[in-house]
Amino acid sequence: MAEVSCRKVVKEYEGGVQAVKGIDLEISDHEFVVLVGPSGCGKSTTLRMIAGLEEISGGEIWIGGDVVNDVPPRDRDIAMVFQNYALYPHMSVFDNMAFGLKLRKFPKDEIKRRVDEAARILDIGPLLERKPRALSGGQRQRVAMGRAIVRNPKVFLFDEPLSNLDAKLRVQMRTEIKKVHQTVKTTTIYVTHDQIEAMTLADRVVVMNHGVIEQVGSPHDVYHHPKTRFVAGFIGSPAMNFIPCRVTDGTNGGLAIKVTDQIVLPVPPQRMDRYGKYKGREMVLGLRPEHLFEYHEQGKPNWSRVDLLTDVVEPMGMETMVHFFVEGTPVCARVDPSTHAEPGEMLPLTADLNQMHLMEKDSGVVV
Amino acid sequence: MSATTMEAAKRAAAHSHKSSLHRQRMWALWGSYIALGVFVVIFLVPPFYTLMTSLKSSAEISAQSGNPWIVRSPTLENFWYLITYPNFQTFYFNSVVVTLLTVVISMVISVMAAFSLARMGFWGSQTLSTSVFLTYLIPPSLLFIPLFQIVGAIGMINNVWCLILLYPTLAVPFCTWIMIGYFSSIPKELDEAALIDGAGYVQILVKIFIPVAMPGIIAATIFAFTVSWGAFLYPLAYLYTSNQMVLTVGIISDLIRGDVFQWGKIMAACLLASLPPIVIYAFLMDYYVAGLTAGATKG
Amino acid sequence: MADGSSVPIGAMAPASGAARQKGSLHKLARHRSTTAFLLCLPLILLIAAFVVYPAFYAIYLSMLNKKMTAFVGLNNFAFLLKRHTFQLVIFQSCLFAITAVVLKALLGFIIAHLMHNIPGGNQKIWRGLLLVPWVIPLALSTLSWWWMFDPSYSAFNWILNQFGFDNVPWLGVGWIARACTIVVNVWYGTPFFMIMYLAALKSVPEQLYEAASIDGAGAVQKLFFVTLPMMRNIIAITVLFSLIVTFADFDIVRILTSGGPQDMTHVFATYAFQVGIQSGDIPLGASVSLFMFPLLAFAAFFVLRGVTKRSKEIAA
Repeated sequence: MAEVSCRKVVKEYEGGVQAVKGIDLEISDHEFVVLVGPSGCGKSTTLRMIAGLEEISGGEIWIGGDVVNDVPPRDRDIAMVFQNYALYPHMSVFDNMAFGLKLRKFPKDEIKRRVDEAARILDIGPLLERKPRALSGGQRQRVAMGRAIVRNPKVFLFDEPLSNLDAKLRVQMRTEIKKVHQTVKTTTIYVTHDQIEAMTLADRVVVMNHGVIEQVGSPHDVYHHPKTRFVAGFIGSPAMNFIPCRVTDGTNGGLAIKVTDQIVLPVPPQRMDRYGKYKGREMVLGLRPEHLFEYHEQGKPNWSRVDLLTDVVEPMGMETMVHFFVEGTPVCARVDPSTHAEPGEMLPLTADLNQMHLMEKDSGVVV
Repeated sequence: MSATTMEAAKRAAAHSHKSSLHRQRMWALWGSYIALGVFVVIFLVPPFYTLMTSLKSSAEISAQSGNPWIVRSPTLENFWYLITYPNFQTFYFNSVVVTLLTVVISMVISVMAAFSLARMGFWGSQTLSTSVFLTYLIPPSLLFIPLFQIVGAIGMINNVWCLILLYPTLAVPFCTWIMIGYFSSIPKELDEAALIDGAGYVQILVKIFIPVAMPGIIAATIFAFTVSWGAFLYPLAYLYTSNQMVLTVGIISDLIRGDVFQWGKIMAACLLASLPPIVIYAFLMDYYVAGLTAGATKG
Repeated sequence: MADGSSVPIGAMAPASGAARQKGSLHKLARHRSTTAFLLCLPLILLIAAFVVYPAFYAIYLSMLNKKMTAFVGLNNFAFLLKRHTFQLVIFQSCLFAITAVVLKALLGFIIAHLMHNIPGGNQKIWRGLLLVPWVIPLALSTLSWWWMFDPSYSAFNWILNQFGFDNVPWLGVGWIARACTIVVNVWYGTPFFMIMYLAALKSVPEQLYEAASIDGAGAVQKLFFVTLPMMRNIIAITVLFSLIVTFADFDIVRILTSGGPQDMTHVFATYAFQVGIQSGDIPLGASVSLFMFPLLAFAAFFVLRGVTKRSKEIAA
C-alpha cells in the first residue's frame, strides 16, 4: 500500500492536443479518491497514466515513494478494474483471478489461498469454476474486483467500473466497493462521470474539467463549498440554478442581490463582508433547487417572497420538482409534494439565502 | 340491432383478413421451400452423378446403355482398386503432407503477423495491412509463369516440396486478414488487463489472443486447408511425374491414359479426394461459413 | 483494420513533449515495435519472395524473346494483340467473367432471399446442402461435369433423349462449350454469393423493415429502399471480388475444354499455361498473364475502397 502523487502531470497527444494540462494531486495511503468530471475532462487519461497504459508527456507520477514515469505497468504494482470488466473470456473465474499471480510465478497453494480469500470477501466462492459468460453483470464486476484484490497491489485503479450495470445493481455494487475498501484498505483511485458515485464513495473528490482539476475536497466540501461555477453545477442533482444578477444596495444599509426589478433578495448579514466589494457588478447567483421553497406565511421572517409563473410540475413521490423561467433562465425548485403548484399559475417562493453562492460572471470563481 | 351486426361484420372481416395474411405467409413459406428444393437438387446433381458412377463396374460404364443416372449392380471395385493402387496412395500421401505443412506454416505466419498488425504496430504497419489484402486479390494465374522460372532456378521443378513454398502465398494473405479482423474485435482492455497482470506481448498473444480468437483461428485454418487441398494450377505446372503429384493433378494425369477414360475410377478418386474437405465442412460448417464471410463483414 | 483504426497495446503514442525523457518506457516502446516487426517478418519475406518479386520478374520476362536471349521491349504484347487467337481469349475471358458473375450475383441473391424467408432453425441444413458445390475442390467437381458432358455417353443427353431431343455436342461446339464453362462456374460460385448475401441480409435490422411496413412499403419497395441500399457495399465487394477470381479462373476451362474447340473457350490463364508452360515460350506466356493486370488492378482498387469504407462503417 502506498501514497500516489501527480506532480504537474501533462498528457499531450500528437498534434499538440492536451488532454491533461499539468495536474497536481497528492493521494495518501489508504485513501479512496474519486476523479469525477464530464467525458473528455482527462480523468480517464490521468488514471491510465498512473496505470502506465499511457505515456506521461510531462511531469512526474510517484507511487509509494518512487517515480514511475518509466516503469511499465506490470512493475508498478497496481491493479485495475475496467468498465467492461476485461475478464479473460476463455478462463474460469479462478483462472482469471489467478492469471496475474501465475505470471508472477507464485506457488500454487499461495495462489489458491489468495483466490479463496478474495472469493470469500466478494462472496463469489461458488462461481470459481464458471466462465465469465455464465455470470451476470454484477458477478462479473465482482470477479474483476477479485482479480485486483488477489494481487494485493499498492494501488487499486477503477475506470468507470459501474457504468455497464443497470441502475439498481449499480447502487448495490457501489456499497460493495465501499465495503471492500474498508476491508482491504488499499489506496484507491476511482474514475467516474457519475457525481452520486463520487459523493458516496470518496474520502476526497477530485472534480476535473478540460484537463485541469477544478477542486479537490471532501464530498461535503465540494457540495457545500464549491470553488467554481463548474463544480457547483456538476455536483448535485438536479443541478444548481444559475441566475444572472447584480449586487446592489439593500434596505437598512445592507446589500441585496437584484435579479430583476421585482426580484431583489437581501444578502444575509454574515455575508455582507464577502460580497461588499462586488457592489454594482454583474454576478451570477447560484442556488440549489432544494434551497428554494414554497412560501408560507409562517415562514422565517427575513426570507423574502417571490412569485413566479410555474412552467412544468414533476411529482417524484418524496418531492416535487417545479420549473420556472426567470428572465429566460430556467430555474428549478424542489418543493414539498403537498404543493399546490399548477402549470401556468403563479407560485409564491422563497429561498434559503444562507445557502446561496455568488460567482464572478466571467471567471466562474465562487466568491 | 344494426350495431351488433356491424360489430359482427367487422369482426368477421378482421378475422378473414387475419387468416388471409396467415395463408399468404404459408404460401410464401412453402414457395421458398419448393424453390430451395429445386436449387438443392440442381446443386447436388454433379456430386450425385459422381457417386453413381463410382459405384459402377467398368463393364457397366462401357456398355453405354440405359439410364446413366442409376447404378444397376453397385460395386466397390473402383474404390478397392484405388486404395490398393500405389500411385493413388502416393498422391493422397503427398496431398496430406503438403496440406498439413502448408496449414501449419500459414497459420504461424498469419497469426504472428495479424497480432502485430492489429495490436502492436510499427512504422509502415498500416501500409503492410493494406498490401496483405491486395496480395490476397492477386490470383495464382498471374504469377505462375515467373514462379515457374523461380522454382526452376532453385531446382525444385517436379519436386512436391516446392508446393510447401508456394501454397502459403495463397493462404497467408486471407488468413492474416481474417485474423486481423478477429484480433481487432478483442476489446483493448483485455490486453491492458493482461499488461497490468504482468504479461509480455508473446504471453498476451499465446495466453489471451489465440484462445479468445479461437473461432477465427479455426476459420482461417479451414481456409488454408481448403486452398492447399484444392489447388490445381501450381501442381499442374510444376510437377510431372506420378511420385511427386498431389491428388488434384494426379487423378487427371494418372487415371486418364491417352484416350482411355476410366470414369468409374476417376469418379471414385474424386469422391475419395473430396472426402477430407467434406468431412471438415460437415463438422465445422459454422466456422467454414464464418471464414467465408469474414473477408467482407469483418474487414 | 486497414484504414488505420488499429490501436497499439498500451497506446503509447509518442508525444512531442516526451522527447526529453529517455527512460525505459521508451526502450519498451522501441522494443515493442521491434517485436512487432519481427512478428511480421515471415509474412514480409513470403510476400516479397513469392508475390512481389515474381510480379516484377514477370514484367521483365515479358520483354524477352522466346529463347530469353534478347530484349524485345513490348513486341510480345504487340504480337499477341495482332493474333486472332488472343483476340478470342480477350473476348472469352470478359464474356466468361461478366456473364458468370452476373448470373452468380442474381442467383445468389434469389437463393439468399429464399433462405431468409424460412425459419432460422431450418436454415442450417439448407445452407449445408447449398454450400456443397463450393466445398468440393473445383478441379475435382469439374471432372464430374466433364463426365456429364461426355460426348459419347452424356448423362444430360440421355435426359434430352428421353424427352425426344437430339444429342447436344456439349463441349464440341464453340458457343455451347462457352456456355458450359459458364454453367460450371455459376454452379461453383453461386453458394459463395448466397452465403455473403445471407450474412448481409441478417445484418439489416428488423426494425427497418417494420418501420418501412408502417410507412406503407410493399415487398418490392422494401427490397429497393431498405434491403438493397443496406447491402450495397457488400454486394459491390462480393461482385468485384468474384470478378477477379472468375476472370483469373484456370481450373474449369483447363479441365473441361483445354481451350478448345478452335481456341474458343481459352481464357487468359489457360492460354498463358498453353503458351508458357506447354509450348515453352515463357516470355509470351508471361505477357498473356500480364494482360490480366489492368482489369485486376481496377477491380482491386474498388474492392479495397469498399472494404475500407465498410470497416469504417463497422467501427462507427
